[in-house]
Amino acid sequence: MTRKQRRLTLIGCALVVLAIAAGLVLNALRDSIVFFSTPSMVAEKHLGPGKRFRLGGLVEQGSLKRGDNLAVTFTVGDGGATLPVAYKGILPDLFREGQGVVAEGALDADGVFRADTVLAKHDETYMPKDVADALKKQGHWKDDYGAKPNSMPSASAAPTQGAMR
Amino acid sequence: MIAESGHYALVLALALALIQSIVPIVGARWRDAALMNVARSTALAQLLFVAASFAALVTLHVTSDFSVANVFENSHSLKPLLYKITGVWGNHEGSMLLWVSILALFGGLVAAFGNNLPLSLRAHVLAVQAWVASAFYLFILITSNPFLRIANPPIEGRDLNPVLQDIGLAVHPPMLYLGYVGFSISFSFAVAALLEGRIDAAWARWVRPWTLMAWIFLTLGIAMGSYWAYYELGWGGWWFWDPVENASLMPWLAGTALLHSALVMEKRNALKVWTVLLSILTFSLSLLGTFLVRSGVLTSVHAFATDPTRGVFILLILFVFIGGSLSLYAWRAPALKQGGLFAPISREGALVLNNLLLTTACATVFIGTLYPLALEVLTGEKISVGAPFFNFTFAPLFVPLLLAVPFGPLLAWKRGDLLGAAQRLMVAGIVALVAIAVVFAWTYGGATLAPLAIGLAVFVIMGALCDLAERIALFRIPLSLSLRRARGLPRATWGTVFAHAGLGVALIGIVCETTWNSEYIGSMKPDDVAKLAGYELRLDGLNPRQGPNFREMVAQFTVTRDGEKVSVMTPSKRNFTTRGASTTEAALLTRGASQLYISLGDTSADGAIAVRIYHKPLVLMIWWGPVLMAFGGMLSLSDRRLRVGAPKPAKAAARALQAAE
Repeated sequence: MTRKQRRLTLIGCALVVLAIAAGLVLNALRDSIVFFSTPSMVAEKHLGPGKRFRLGGLVEQGSLKRGDNLAVTFTVGDGGATLPVAYKGILPDLFREGQGVVAEGALDADGVFRADTVLAKHDETYMPKDVADALKKQGHWKDDYGAKPNSMPSASAAPTQGAMR
Repeated sequence: MIAESGHYALVLALALALIQSIVPIVGARWRDAALMNVARSTALAQLLFVAASFAALVTLHVTSDFSVANVFENSHSLKPLLYKITGVWGNHEGSMLLWVSILALFGGLVAAFGNNLPLSLRAHVLAVQAWVASAFYLFILITSNPFLRIANPPIEGRDLNPVLQDIGLAVHPPMLYLGYVGFSISFSFAVAALLEGRIDAAWARWVRPWTLMAWIFLTLGIAMGSYWAYYELGWGGWWFWDPVENASLMPWLAGTALLHSALVMEKRNALKVWTVLLSILTFSLSLLGTFLVRSGVLTSVHAFATDPTRGVFILLILFVFIGGSLSLYAWRAPALKQGGLFAPISREGALVLNNLLLTTACATVFIGTLYPLALEVLTGEKISVGAPFFNFTFAPLFVPLLLAVPFGPLLAWKRGDLLGAAQRLMVAGIVALVAIAVVFAWTYGGATLAPLAIGLAVFVIMGALCDLAERIALFRIPLSLSLRRARGLPRATWGTVFAHAGLGVALIGIVCETTWNSEYIGSMKPDDVAKLAGYELRLDGLNPRQGPNFREMVAQFTVTRDGEKVSVMTPSKRNFTTRGASTTEAALLTRGASQLYISLGDTSADGAIAVRIYHKPLVLMIWWGPVLMAFGGMLSLSDRRLRVGAPKPAKAAARALQAAE
């Protein structure tokens, strides 16, 4: 083979691999990405049952109910609308009423959000970014939600005992 | 005083880095050896001052000086000493200081051990290192100074994020940074080569050990991070395709490709232009990783930083360095001479295929990681790209790569014999087929892909062993002769065998864990028994306990198998009073390579506790694999050929220049 032919073989191979990869990526982007919604956005968009999405918002105060065998239900709200959520399993360490939460799953026929994963990737000073942005956009943001306690010592003695269940 | 000295030392380091950025380059232009040698002394002095600055911050943390904001926000006087030290890099400012300290360390190493490098190459390399260092010193001093004081010093600190108070985190970030920042050396060498317009096999011989060292640390760092997530986050998951994890995986993939292409360049003087590009890309991906983690653009446990000015600053650094180096590449690369011809079927060809698949796989991870960010910036729409995306894109690209791995080392340089290689891999193929059949029969009716994947892994491991057997002519000559040959093999060859086998070992672990993982989730009261994978786990009771800076609820489980007591497991749930956060401390019981895993949930009013119990078959192989790979890397690094350094002509030239001083 001449130098040119060898180079063409190489470039041909590279193009084939890249084309396959591009195909895989486009295919995966169509099928396996999940959109993020808040309860109000769910109401606006009329999401049908069975369509997977990520639900974000605040866990409503007093809405957490524990059933048999680790079944839990709670309500997620964003100040505008609320949505009932059902989940079976162990809630994350940082899950708390009145705090931000992100759950992944789909609506069932009764309009209940069946979550298979509940994420609460934040500590007491930090709100999930998605939730904070969505709340801000809808004008329901209160400054103390995600505010880092200021660097004054008094803030460090935040009431934390209630968190122990 | 200590805080101010640390701050001052950092400013001095910046000043030294600025000198190191300019003077050696000027010296190289004027061919002035004295000016070029400035690089060496400034690099060493810079290391000294950064080390002093870092030591100052460690001292502040150890002595719990809460008048320093960084200590106040991340430490607590009751925290154990170990976590006071690791807390130094468990926060944004401290971890950036660690980053530059390691950068200075590598610069210092090149300065100290680079005596046989051509003088102008060393001057250029150290100058480029100093450019990177200056940018990051400025970043720290302007946006994230760890030495800022608080006007009214508080009595007690706010404690470190509890999930970070763990031995895994003591080692994970330094390892990862040694890897990330280690690639800055190959980057500096690449940019220096472009600036000089000259590159040869000696260059590759210089770059390869540094790349290999960075790669070893990165491999171990990623494995350690994954194990930390596995036992500390309480989910039993070891890889989440989280953007932060991807940020470390991308430089690893590019670095692995670089390692292999540098080999072609060293041995055959081919693929020069490509190797230079890969060096640039690998470090660019490390910088990107730093940006993703440090700017707070991601929602993730790792992103402690939420200040946008930092994000913009790092983005600027990213832009200047990646944009600058790629422009330089576009401008100067055509000047580099092409070398070494080879047929498509040859060792070089196999390594090109390796590079092609690794970089493509890296690109898919890149798209999966950055697409959601780009979409959010452009359209405001929020999406998440999770595991399914990567399973559909990354996995299909890795299958042909793994299939090709055993063939590579068996092909000859320049022109290889594919049929011959296939014949020599016959044994590996047969063993793999037997493995597929056995696993398939054993798990009949279960997953269909899993046995095939196991077969692939067995093929990779056996392929590595076949390569070894071939080299020592096992069973063809007397065993004692074979053993003598084995002892005489270059360590780099042994390194290849271990690293490639490690790939197969990790794959077995991954497949077994994801396919045959069994779990029990339920609420248990004392004396309840859970049955899982042949084990019986009885909850003996729950006891509260007081730790140094937390309170915990410890559950005690007695594990029995076939009526015989195996062990006692004590998972716990900790509540850190200062931050009001709780963590789950999982209990692990290792049986061979498999593990039982218990993590606790909430206690309910009637005294029952939610538990999550997993049986994870062969899960430890997931981490043994990377450890084997890193071991292979170390063997290869200790090879004599790599220690020799540049070949004689370059050495002589360097000596002549030094003598002229």
